[in-house]
Amino acid sequence: MKNNRRTFIKLAGIAAAGLAVAPKALASSGGHSPVKANPKGLHATQWAMVIDTTKLHTEEEIAKLAEACHAIHNVPKIEGHKEVKWLWSDTYAHTFPEQENPHLAEEVHHRDFPLLCNHCENPPCVRVCPTKATYKRPDGIVAMDYHRCIGCRYCMAGCPYGSRSFNWGEPRKNLDLSKLNPEFPTRMRGVVEKCNFCVERLAVGKMPACVEASEGAMVFGDLNDPDSEVRQVLREKFTIRRKPTAGTEPCVYYVI
Amino acid sequence: MKMHYGFPIIIGLVIFIGMLTAPFAVGTMTKVYKQPELKMPVGEKECIESKEFMREQHMQLLNDWRDWALRDGKRIYTNHAGKEFVISLQNTCMKCHNNKADFCDKCHTDAGVSPYCWDCHIQPEGLK
Repeated sequence: MKNNRRTFIKLAGIAAAGLAVAPKALASSGGHSPVKANPKGLHATQWAMVIDTTKLHTEEEIAKLAEACHAIHNVPKIEGHKEVKWLWSDTYAHTFPEQENPHLAEEVHHRDFPLLCNHCENPPCVRVCPTKATYKRPDGIVAMDYHRCIGCRYCMAGCPYGSRSFNWGEPRKNLDLSKLNPEFPTRMRGVVEKCNFCVERLAVGKMPACVEASEGAMVFGDLNDPDSEVRQVLREKFTIRRKPTAGTEPCVYYVI
Repeated sequence: MKMHYGFPIIIGLVIFIGMLTAPFAVGTMTKVYKQPELKMPVGEKECIESKEFMREQHMQLLNDWRDWALRDGKRIYTNHAGKEFVISLQNTCMKCHNNKADFCDKCHTDAGVSPYCWDCHIQPEGLK
């Protein structure tokens, strides 16, 4: 009986070691990892877009891209201050307020610029979202989980680019129900929505809809891959980004 | 010791208990619960998992699917038999179960739950 305490401590040690190993052993015994990424999908560590505004700068051309984007994502058409938009256009002064210059080339001043979510490397919308409904994916896309959005609109206040829209009313009331894209859901009242860089198309190996419709004026690719098409263009052409002083590191670049 | 107002109290209690249990008594005596009859897909015999699994855990599965697809970017699901499916309520589930009213709604109405899936996802019949 003299060894009682010693044996107890030994046994306790073995039991503790067993507890540490057991969960892993149990998990691996299942051997069933049920999910994986689509092997046909496109992958990147940071998706980015370059828009050549020398080729694409009229309101009609941009409206055509917006049309393509809004049609496949079932984005409602609403006029006025309750509008919902994923892709739209605006003037130079509104697009690049920090780079305004009264003596800028006339032609540039008269251009329209395609605007969309910048999918920032340092997205303020993600930081302020209280429910993690908006988040940055490992591939750099700032995505939304509409299931979790509570419509507080902090992200809209946080976004320096106005890239987010709030669904004030039932979005389906402003959609042509016979022309819906049945592959993609609509949103509901009371959630914020925005461009998702066509995450659902990338997942099946397609390029974003606007890039496809732009006929070469938009380039899309991996910013961290020095051989990607995006990096190629960035190397060759001078580009600017929107509101650099906001420090959000936008991933949409404009060739001026 | 004699109970004051004993008779009306006892009678009152009997009436009270009778009324309290009436719904149970009437319900079990007059009606037998019948499981709703679902219209199964015509072309497919097997769901992505077993019938029992789907019956008990489809809500959990859909919840996992949502996170896997949206958050982790993993959109291929391998079931327990090793078969692969694209993770999508609208494009996978509803392609077989192409009648929301005859499949989903039957049980949901029966169980008194109203999930908000179709506030966003488009039901296979399309929207009116």
